[in-house]
Amino acid sequence: MQYALLFYTTETFDLLAPDVRADWLAQMAEFRQSLVDAGVLRGALRLAPGATATSLRSNGDELLITDGPFAETKEILAGFMLLDCADLDAALAWARRCPIARIGTVEVRPEHPEGPARGPGDVSSRA
Amino acid sequence: MTTDSGRAALEQTVREEAGLVLAALVASCGDFDLAEEVFQEATLIALERWPREGVPDRPAAWLITAARRRAIDRLRHGSMRAGKSAALRESELAQRAARGEQDADLEEAPVPDERLRLIFTCCHPALAPEARVALTLRTLGGLSTAAVARAFLVPEPTMAKRLERAKHKIRDAQIPYRVPPPEEWEVRLASVLAVIYLIFNEGYSATGASAQERAALCAEAIRLARIVAALAPGAGEAHALCALVLLHHARREARTGADGVPVPLDEQERARWRHGEIRDGIASLERAARCAGRGPYQVQAAIAAAHATAPTGSATPWRLIAALYAELEALLPSPVVRVNRAVAEGRASGALAGLALLAPLESDPRAPQLASYQPYHAARADLLVRAGRSSEAREAYVRAIALTRDEAERRFLEQRCAELSS
Repeated sequence: MQYALLFYTTETFDLLAPDVRADWLAQMAEFRQSLVDAGVLRGALRLAPGATATSLRSNGDELLITDGPFAETKEILAGFMLLDCADLDAALAWARRCPIARIGTVEVRPEHPEGPARGPGDVSSRA
Repeated sequence: MTTDSGRAALEQTVREEAGLVLAALVASCGDFDLAEEVFQEATLIALERWPREGVPDRPAAWLITAARRRAIDRLRHGSMRAGKSAALRESELAQRAARGEQDADLEEAPVPDERLRLIFTCCHPALAPEARVALTLRTLGGLSTAAVARAFLVPEPTMAKRLERAKHKIRDAQIPYRVPPPEEWEVRLASVLAVIYLIFNEGYSATGASAQERAALCAEAIRLARIVAALAPGAGEAHALCALVLLHHARREARTGADGVPVPLDEQERARWRHGEIRDGIASLERAARCAGRGPYQVQAAIAAAHATAPTGSATPWRLIAALYAELEALLPSPVVRVNRAVAEGRASGALAGLALLAPLESDPRAPQLASYQPYHAARADLLVRAGRSSEAREAYVRAIALTRDEAERRFLEQRCAELSS
């Protein structure tokens, strides 16, 4: 079954000292390598800061384009990974090892129980 | 076989073995809702057949077999949910059933005890704490949703929704149905024990439902504690929790006076304690002491045992109790523990020693709302009385009384305060 690990952090990473950042990125790379070695990683993406986000939402008839992320909150979606795990405990065990769990929030979400939204690009294990 | 005896046997089986049966069904169905529905259907079949054909030798196993057959039928007819997961479950269930049938029918094989797996699932940290409590009572305790709702003073639809959400999360997020591996064991067992203790406290506190329902909750918590201790015999804290709840519950009839006002431990009428239950509690505590490690439940049980085994109230070993509270505070630092420790120290070494222990609380960041912390003011009032500082004691009583929501507790404090004036 697929689980998404959604990473929420405050956007202070860029303010860290260069050696601290380098050390932290090395930890993330190591974490990703261990996921690859275990054969569970299906995809991963680190996102640019919320200031680069553009949101679309409908206002009745027309689509409005606004600057900024979905919600202005202190913690923002900073990236995500897709893991293929047997059950929630296995996904939680990986989440616990994720360096982000120590500085922000790692939300673990399972794929929808009804299976894929049918169509190309879906990575559901229930396809 | 009369109709009545068949019905009575069924009622007894459901009352005593619902948790066992349901656990076995959840294990084979992998789905709480389906397990509950087919359990219900199996009891209806039993209600029709037991009076007519006689009560089976192994009633619980009979119910499990009948319910499993219903589950296979329902999954085959796709009446549950469409989609691949239902088909998957059907094939798994059919395989299990086939295996079961090969090994001779369940009615002859011993019923595998799946309750430990079930309780670890119900108390999974991925579920909200109130959902863990409700789900444990509902599935292992076999309480109806209405009874669980009454126990927690929430409307039945609210409780039904809470249970539904928890069951769906278990299914959809695939919370595994298993005893956790050794590296997670300690944390997960702590969650199970916390749930059982919460159930007990809900019954023990004066705020819950009717006295009868509260006693039933306490009894259920004791039953669950015994089950976990029996299934995890090496876990000292499981035995210790068992001891703790037994020792508290043994004093139930002496805890309050005829007017419902609480009676302090050392003033309780010892003849009204259940001494057989106290012996059981002490035996559990001894089992806990033989296991590795000494956790907070064991220290709390030791405190309860020190009270319970004192021959008279005035012979209460306050020095030992104060030392145990100090040990508990080191394990579990909290203002609540500090207040209790101060009370015990006040009795062991004099009221001033107790007050000295309370003083640091005033600058404790964990007790920011100390001004509104009732136990602090109640304990302080008692210590001030013993120190002979009446006017300060009266002030402390007034503050404690203003903060007390429970009617009987308030009357108790008012009586103490009135004795001070006379």
